[in-house]
Amino acid sequence: MTQKKTNLKAAFKAAFPKTIPIFAGFWFLGMTYGILMNVSGFSFLYPLFMSMSIFAGSMEFIAVSLLLATFQPLQAFLMALMINARHLFYGISMLDKYRGTGIKKFYLIFGLCDETFSINYTAQIPEGVDRGWFMFFVTILNQFYWVSGSTLGGILGSYIKFNTGGIEFAMTAMFVVIFLDQWIKEKNHISALIGIGVSVVCLLVFKADKFIIPSMIGIVVMLTLLRKPLEKEVAA
Amino acid sequence: MTVPQHIITIAAIVLGTMLTRFLPFIAFREDKPTPKYIQYLGKVLPSAVFALLVVFCLKNVSFVSGNHGLPEIIAIAVTAALHFWKKQMLLSIAGGTICYMLLVQFVF
Repeated sequence: MTQKKTNLKAAFKAAFPKTIPIFAGFWFLGMTYGILMNVSGFSFLYPLFMSMSIFAGSMEFIAVSLLLATFQPLQAFLMALMINARHLFYGISMLDKYRGTGIKKFYLIFGLCDETFSINYTAQIPEGVDRGWFMFFVTILNQFYWVSGSTLGGILGSYIKFNTGGIEFAMTAMFVVIFLDQWIKEKNHISALIGIGVSVVCLLVFKADKFIIPSMIGIVVMLTLLRKPLEKEVAA
Repeated sequence: MTVPQHIITIAAIVLGTMLTRFLPFIAFREDKPTPKYIQYLGKVLPSAVFALLVVFCLKNVSFVSGNHGLPEIIAIAVTAALHFWKKQMLLSIAGGTICYMLLVQFVF
């Protein structure tokens, strides 16, 4: 038992410093998200439970506008699939690393967000530290930062004295920044341009309430049709 | 929306999100290579999806009437300029958002 305690302590000590940069980012974005939920008329219980159950920042921001729109659960489900499709590739990369972690594996998969992936995938885990517990602490600390930040934002939102008009732009700015990071990284911008083109056309044709699902279908169809030339580009 | 409708919407989002996280561990075995088509989509899909999300954020902005989307255009330009300059995600988001708040509260 004491041996196990020492193991846990060592894993926590190794994991905690790696998560400090995430703490800053998650508190900033989480609080913004919580405040946005609050000014949109939702109790702090919403960000609390959504951060515990969804735990995917960009999706939770989108969820604010989905909850404010008309009831369309299928669209919400499909958006979650598309926005979070990148998790599929995190999972594939972690198949090996998560092997043999026992019952913790369920939570490790549940909490596999971008930031947790980047730490657990790249971390050099010190000799003698239990791999499973190290990754478990990284995952749970990151989720703790996000849940506490967003809940705090949901509570503080009511006490904020300054005018919060326009704070919803944080979501736009976040996606612009993620989009730019992709843009800088990629060799060609065909996929990015398809994304803009298809969604703008669908927005004009189907209007704001109904354009998401047609856009998703259009994007996947276009990318599938252009697979041969695009794969050549990527390989070149 | 009613509260039960909120709960169903959130449940649908949880289901979709968890599917993306658990599917690889159910569908793929380490000893079998990931299908080529899936690998391809993994490379090209993110850019297009984030482009779609930017458009989604701007879906209710009218560029032909009112202020012609000027606050959005200016704030996105500021966000992008900050990001190309410092490459600090939080700084770009905070800068762009504050700029937008100032614009809609005091200018437009």
